[in-house]
Amino acid sequence: MTDSTTASAPKPSSSVKLVLLGEAAVGKSSLVLRFVNNDFQPNKEPTIGAAFLTQKCQLPSRTIKFEIWDTAGQERFASLAPMYYRNAQSALVVYDITKPSSLVKAKHWVAELQRQASPGIVIALVGNKLDLCDDDSPEDDAQDGENVDGHEEEAVRKVSTAEAKAYADEESLLFYETSAKTGHNVSEVFTAIANAIPETSLKGPRGGAGGGTQAAISGGGGQDSSRVNLNARGDAGAKEGCAC
Amino acid sequence: MSTTEHSAQSSTGQRPDVGPDSNNGSPPPLADARQHDEGTLEQSKELRPPLPARPDLMERGQTAGAGSLRLSKRAARPQLQSQATTALSLADVHTADRLESGDLKSSPASRAVSRKPSFAYSLRHASTAASEVDDGASVRSDMPAAGSRLDGESMLGDLIEGASTPAFKALSAQIERADPFDGTLAEDDILSTQMQYELHDVASVDADGTNEEALLKIWKAKLKHFFILSASGKPIYSRHGDDQLISHYIGVVQTLISFYQGANDPLKGFTAGDARFVLLSKGPLNLVAVSRLGESDAQLRTQLESLYMQILSTLTLPSLERMFSYRPSTDLRRPLEGTDVLLDGLADGFTRGSPSTLLSALECLRLRKSHRRVVDETLLKVRSSNLLYGLIVAAGRLVSVVRPKKHSLHPGDLHLIFNMLFEAGSVKAGGGENWIPLCLPGFNNTGFLYMYVSFFSTSEDVHSPEAERPSSGGKDDELAIVLISANKDSFFELRQMREDLVIQLEKNGSMAVIKTAIRKGHASCADITPGTVLKHFLYKSRGNVQFTMPSFEPHFHGLVARRKLMSLYHNLHESIHSRTSHLKVQHTIAYDSTALAWETPLFELYCVASSNASRAALVQGANKVVSWIRREEERVFIIGGAVF
Repeated sequence: MTDSTTASAPKPSSSVKLVLLGEAAVGKSSLVLRFVNNDFQPNKEPTIGAAFLTQKCQLPSRTIKFEIWDTAGQERFASLAPMYYRNAQSALVVYDITKPSSLVKAKHWVAELQRQASPGIVIALVGNKLDLCDDDSPEDDAQDGENVDGHEEEAVRKVSTAEAKAYADEESLLFYETSAKTGHNVSEVFTAIANAIPETSLKGPRGGAGGGTQAAISGGGGQDSSRVNLNARGDAGAKEGCAC
Repeated sequence: MSTTEHSAQSSTGQRPDVGPDSNNGSPPPLADARQHDEGTLEQSKELRPPLPARPDLMERGQTAGAGSLRLSKRAARPQLQSQATTALSLADVHTADRLESGDLKSSPASRAVSRKPSFAYSLRHASTAASEVDDGASVRSDMPAAGSRLDGESMLGDLIEGASTPAFKALSAQIERADPFDGTLAEDDILSTQMQYELHDVASVDADGTNEEALLKIWKAKLKHFFILSASGKPIYSRHGDDQLISHYIGVVQTLISFYQGANDPLKGFTAGDARFVLLSKGPLNLVAVSRLGESDAQLRTQLESLYMQILSTLTLPSLERMFSYRPSTDLRRPLEGTDVLLDGLADGFTRGSPSTLLSALECLRLRKSHRRVVDETLLKVRSSNLLYGLIVAAGRLVSVVRPKKHSLHPGDLHLIFNMLFEAGSVKAGGGENWIPLCLPGFNNTGFLYMYVSFFSTSEDVHSPEAERPSSGGKDDELAIVLISANKDSFFELRQMREDLVIQLEKNGSMAVIKTAIRKGHASCADITPGTVLKHFLYKSRGNVQFTMPSFEPHFHGLVARRKLMSLYHNLHESIHSRTSHLKVQHTIAYDSTALAWETPLFELYCVASSNASRAALVQGANKVVSWIRREEERVFIIGGAVF
């Protein structure tokens, strides 16, 4: 960031691969949607598989192009996570501040990232649904459609800022509390991540980061047992009559 | 034919009329009815023998369950007693109506009997006589057909009976009034009313349970329910109502199922009141459909199969079986977490009435042959090496397909994909591109494929993924590119292919052609068959496993009208497909619509016109449709497709 690039000259641009992880229904997709489209959908349906989005983030000295993998939080997708986080330069681990179990899950993800992901990965811990805890929030409807506990009597904070912050400090994570619904702190998180990415790991637009992405995807092997073998299909020919 | 079926039937009261009961107990009404029919018919003697028809009926009843045709029957069944006259003298439905209404009250039980014969009769009659009877004979000769349709009768029954079983009445009213054209809803047409709220969610029960009773009422008013439970009785899915609300009922269903399973005679279906229950056992799962919309057992079973395929698509068969073999009490809700939207999408599609499911066929976007060929060639040109299937899909209609020579696409699989893309909003709502592991059970139920999905809005030109995120879903103008691979590492490869494809399609003008075709929507029936009485039709090309239809507008506006139309189609479909019928043509008349079903080895055609249309006019319309298809075949259907 000490680059001496002046405002008039085109800023260097780099791609940064970012993965979102966290329990189902904590608001991962909503955060991304807020960041990318500045939009919020009150009853968003659960993500299936993973969504891939891109968004640019302007820093004073350069442009960061985020390549975002927004993963589904359901347990059955957990085994696919490595192919999204491998070689990622940054990760956003999200929990729901009204749901303590989601922080536990977030801690698991952090541990897994620290163990398996690339060593220099920048991890941000994000407590979402801050709007539910505002004194003045009139509606207590779930911020995210995946949320099943929206009707519980106290849609209020269950995870204290201090507790999460202490944990984040201990693990040297970035830490924010956000609201995808109001947009509070959302762009701040991404800007903070962009700033925290070490200069050295930034390369050309489709260079290191892009290549890293490719490598990450292809590196995710290990579960080929569930793979369909196209050539082992004896009965496939039977369906050939169907012209669809 | 199992004993189970028997007992089920007797409880319904529907089958018994036709089946053993009527055989043994009340032959006279049957005979009467038949004679009466013949009397009206006059010429067609060969139809006379009363007995041959009976197995037909029984068979129908059992295999088809509560067919749509049967719907009307069911309505009337409870109260009819040997009103031979009513069933048969339907030359003028309205007259009959009046007659019946008087009689019905007095003799509820046997009307069904009389009706049944007429039904059987009509089946026979229609197949043989439809072609040969001179229209000059007009009303009289037509009559049997009208009788066959039964609607007139049931309608009567309903009218009278309505007070006692309002829902039932509503139900039949809906079906009977399949005519979209009059558009008037009786004030007391509960079914139509209910249909409008049918797809609304039932709220969850309060913590203190105070609202349970009210919710239960709403829940019970639903015309259609789907339940999935594990073999050990754990609830897995219910379209309506949360666990707390439905747990008793799941328990009852489980008891019923296991009782018959214990006797090695699995329960397949039964009728209770105006609702038909159909059960399907699939490995460790039991699926239950409850319908008051008059679908047949076979049709409901197809719908359950589709739900089951959705579960396989999420889990794959081996993993499903593994879970239950390790622990029979597995709670499948957890592994299926988040897929309720997909199951709901399917279920609601069935409730609305899906031509695609009814016909087990796909619908394609109409494109000129030369245009489609260009699209096909482009697909082949940009095909990446890991591609298994590539689809261009517009609002649930297929634009083009690229596939390996030795693998075709199973319609059921495509239906699952379409449902995921267009009914459940999660994929397109997320914006961006998606990478979705899924199993296509029709293709291979043991493993996952990986599906790349990218949506375009057709209203504006888009070149970059960033620009094309649809904020709200007008689902009729959406174009999706779907690329499926068996290789889970091929996201970026397929993404590149998508980019190449879009560039090429833009360059050769195909994108504009496709978007124009999408915006144009379905052609109206009047454009396809100008000058005919037809209001709507379904045409299925058997060889291509595809169907085509005109727009629902302007004659069928809104959910209720469409459901009525679909119910009529279900009736027709059932009468042609029931296992024992050998119908080729069926002509039915109700007080609000006339319809024709026509089956040949090449196609199935179902046409609907308003009630005053003559049979000749209907036939003329049907012929026009067929010749239109002949001209347009390579436009409305994908023939061959892009194969590599």
